[in-house]
Amino acid sequence: MGLYDKFSRLAAERTHFQDSGPSPFGTSIDAVYSPTQGRIGDKDVILAGTNNYLGLTFDAQAIEAAQQALAVEGTGTTGSRMANGSYGGHTALEAELSAFLDRPSVMVFSTGYVANLGIIGALAGPREVVLLDADCHASIYDACQLGGAEIIRFHHNDAKDLERRMVRLGERAKDALIIVEGIYSMLGDTAPLKEIVEIKRRLGGYLLVDEAHSFGVMGPNGRGLSEELGVEADVDIILGTFSKSLAAIGGFAAGSSSMEVLRYASRPYIFTASPSPSVVASVRAALQAIATRPQLREQLWSNANRLYDGLANLGYSLGPHVSPVVPVMVGTKEQGLQFWRALIDQGVYVNLVLPPATPAGVTLVRCSVSAAHTPEQIDQIIQAFSVLRPLADLAA
Amino acid sequence: MFTQDTILENVLICLRDMVPVSEHVGPDSDMVNDLGLESVKMMDLLMKLEDEYDLSIPINILMDVRTPRQLASSLVAYVEKSHGAV
Repeated sequence: MGLYDKFSRLAAERTHFQDSGPSPFGTSIDAVYSPTQGRIGDKDVILAGTNNYLGLTFDAQAIEAAQQALAVEGTGTTGSRMANGSYGGHTALEAELSAFLDRPSVMVFSTGYVANLGIIGALAGPREVVLLDADCHASIYDACQLGGAEIIRFHHNDAKDLERRMVRLGERAKDALIIVEGIYSMLGDTAPLKEIVEIKRRLGGYLLVDEAHSFGVMGPNGRGLSEELGVEADVDIILGTFSKSLAAIGGFAAGSSSMEVLRYASRPYIFTASPSPSVVASVRAALQAIATRPQLREQLWSNANRLYDGLANLGYSLGPHVSPVVPVMVGTKEQGLQFWRALIDQGVYVNLVLPPATPAGVTLVRCSVSAAHTPEQIDQIIQAFSVLRPLADLAA
Repeated sequence: MFTQDTILENVLICLRDMVPVSEHVGPDSDMVNDLGLESVKMMDLLMKLEDEYDLSIPINILMDVRTPRQLASSLVAYVEKSHGAV
């Protein structure tokens, strides 16, 4: 048995989709002109598959801050914070996030994925039970496995199922770690946090909410779904990423002062090189934008409503409610690929997501809306979907 | 009845609903290589069985499971360990 033989099934599937057209498994965006415009091959496209929710990738202040940090502190830290030390920017960013989220402790990581590994992997050891929503991101599953916890899934967004499973745990429920997401990345739906918090109050446990897609997007101040629903006090740990609304790369965890000990216990934190100064600087500027420019969120939601309504009026099958993530169901994998390529021909780039990465085995083209989209660009996206409606009918 | 045979029977019933060619499903089919079940579907299969038996089973038990027979055996072992003999 060869080293790569176990991937033969995957390789065959990959080959199946490998022909002369653009590949959904690593699209080459050959030029990026703005948060919402780019080029694939010789085709100019509207970028609507970026998770660039607030459109801050080209924010003038963030770029200036990053350029200044690059000039003053260099290109990278070349090591971990424990070994090489923390730069001023690392601790300043943690302090600013701590103030923004009103949490005593914040730890910054080099990616969102590593943040999940670093926090969940460290907390959820072999003696712990994790109750996680079945649709949680792969990084959360990987983190639970890393820690060695007992992992129990509950049906997606089904608070009653969570309660049933907690009751079955008996006394162990009091120390169980419940993990959900603010906005789920595939269908754009949100966790029923109020119901979950109510269960937690009765049965115990700790609640961790991954706000990767909801930070900067939801809540009166952009703190996420927990803020939107007024349950922040009942959420023990918030996880987030810098690679969506904060328009860079990295991740963070925010919690109580007890969390500080993880700086010495979390292997993904200890043994990963720390974020580069320019990245930290742009994130700090983007955080300022989130804190001081609520109009970005207003524009984002206005665009999300416009796209959702436009596609719903065309008769497309969409996610359950309006969200900056707008998934469109498009039939089989092959039909999805055809539809996705046709959208590029129409000048629109979105994500093609295939099972098993999608819930319930559906194939979907996933649009993500940005505050930087103009209403005219949203209308162009809708127009492209309108032209392709016959393809979708065939898929149905 | 919570015996290995009845569980195996239920595993096979659930599996037949989840794969394209149900005739290929047997007690010793390799669920990944023969039936093409991705890891998410393996977890969904476990969830169906949890609902069926009104139990919570950690997905950790799937680590070493390749066939329906092994799944049934792991389920019985887990329930015996956590709830006593069945």
